[in-house]
Amino acid sequence: MKNTIKSLLSRPEISALVITIFLIIVFSFISDRFFNSRNFMVILAAYPEYALVALGVTILMISGEFDLSVGSVFAVAPIVTVILVNDGYNQYWAIILGLISAAALGFVNALVTLLFKIPSFITTLGMLFMARSIAIGICGGFPPSFPKGWDTDWLVGRMDMIRMSLFWLIGIALVLNFILKKTNFGSWIYATGENKQAANDLGINTFAVKTTCFIICSTLAGYAGIIQSLRIKTAITSLGLGLELNAIASAVVGGASLFGGIGSAFGALVGTFLLAMIDNILILTRVDGNWFKFGLGIMIIIAVILNTYTKNRADNIRLKEDE
Amino acid sequence: MNNNSDKELIKCSGINKWYGNLHALKDMDMTINKGEVIGLIGDNGAGKSTLIKIMCGVHKLDKGDLYFEGKRVSIENPKSAMKLGIETIHQYSTMFFEMSIANNVFIGREPKKFGFNFLGLKDEKKMDYESMKAIKEVGLDLRSPHIPVKELSGGERQGVAIARSMYFKSKMLILDEPTNHLSVKETFKVLEYIKGLKSLGIGSIFISHNLYHVHEIADRIIGMARGEKVCDKDKKDTTVNELIKLIG
Repeated sequence: MKNTIKSLLSRPEISALVITIFLIIVFSFISDRFFNSRNFMVILAAYPEYALVALGVTILMISGEFDLSVGSVFAVAPIVTVILVNDGYNQYWAIILGLISAAALGFVNALVTLLFKIPSFITTLGMLFMARSIAIGICGGFPPSFPKGWDTDWLVGRMDMIRMSLFWLIGIALVLNFILKKTNFGSWIYATGENKQAANDLGINTFAVKTTCFIICSTLAGYAGIIQSLRIKTAITSLGLGLELNAIASAVVGGASLFGGIGSAFGALVGTFLLAMIDNILILTRVDGNWFKFGLGIMIIIAVILNTYTKNRADNIRLKEDE
Repeated sequence: MNNNSDKELIKCSGINKWYGNLHALKDMDMTINKGEVIGLIGDNGAGKSTLIKIMCGVHKLDKGDLYFEGKRVSIENPKSAMKLGIETIHQYSTMFFEMSIANNVFIGREPKKFGFNFLGLKDEKKMDYESMKAIKEVGLDLRSPHIPVKELSGGERQGVAIARSMYFKSKMLILDEPTNHLSVKETFKVLEYIKGLKSLGIGSIFISHNLYHVHEIADRIIGMARGEKVCDKDKKDTTVNELIKLIG
């Protein structure tokens, strides 16, 4: 029994999950408009887009790096895609090329960070500005017109209460969770993030591991941007503005460590949902807009404090030899 | 191939290493034979760690040659050292505290059910079973392969590190201060274990500041000071007191 409790509490996402359940109950009392299918439909509409970015950021954080450029990459990929469709490219090819453009930016982030041995915080801060500039530059400052008659149902089509994008998110999250927990590469990501020197000494190519994580992070940000663009049927250059900090917050609330080596795909999903829910209740209860970010900030801090507390409690549970 | 190279496991010839202006290793020569335990001694900064880091691929040599089983080799990185059969237990921790014992034993070389080198499905059953078996073989009794390493004592962690090296059937084991931070009982366990390597034909280099431990288990003792070899003596031809004078 103790064993089960200990392993449960040791999971990085557990406190975010507990807070989420707790807040669902509290918010249901605060606003009678909160706990109903219509409201959850509102929360879930944009949720896959933000959760996909948080997933990528989480994986990169597990490997011990940061990406502040995800918000800008979020804008580049859909703009590239829409421009290509307007130029007569097949929509599938356009999406693939949009994703490749996002992956290329992640690759540049990785190369600059790892070859010049500078903090990814700085590299990706630079990329945040450069990628935003690329997004504006390639369309000459004017957002490209959204192609008419473009079949986007397979990506974002509405199915009763939810959108297709939620299924894509679930599928991608399951694959990433599988990679992290069940494959050798997943173990290498955790090892690289926790102790890079030791991982190197044990023959793990940490350069390749981190590069792959940078690419995954950027590609997911680009994919999320494409999905949002298809949902709102526009590809404006301000897409994803400020998204990077929200994504890092989601990852951290979901249990990812700022120092690497800890985190989970499920945590990213829970963390994003928690923030989306807080966002939602602050709107429903008509909290003064000036205090909106304050509420969000305090919730993030509480979630991380609880995370640390439950982790310490789990570490302190001593098991008998026979358990 | 003559008799010498038949029994010779690794040979360092004229190895030099610079860190900027610091000449850390000066024309170092050393030979280790199969099944031989070498005690490598010297004060801090003598060049011991630099030498073993070159042998295990963490650092590259600047000048000189390395021979393994009679053939000239270039050890570019830790992976190529492991491929040759050189395993290392470093002075610093090469454990991943958040990961399970089984994952720590196999990290970087996980058995796979299927997949590619870079991405494959871990054979967790095999990892659990084999890691516990390897750990039992080094005299440790841990209750589950799923325990995170952060919950083990210093000695237990060192045991897991040794089990990891042993599992992969090394031809040469480098142990850099393996008894640091260990209790007396755990220290003797590790020393007994190193003695056991001889019967398996595994060559080993044992680095320690505790000259009594070195003298007890080594067949031959190599002393270093200021990046140079200052002595290379059979155990029977020297005493701890003499060694202290030689490396002082």
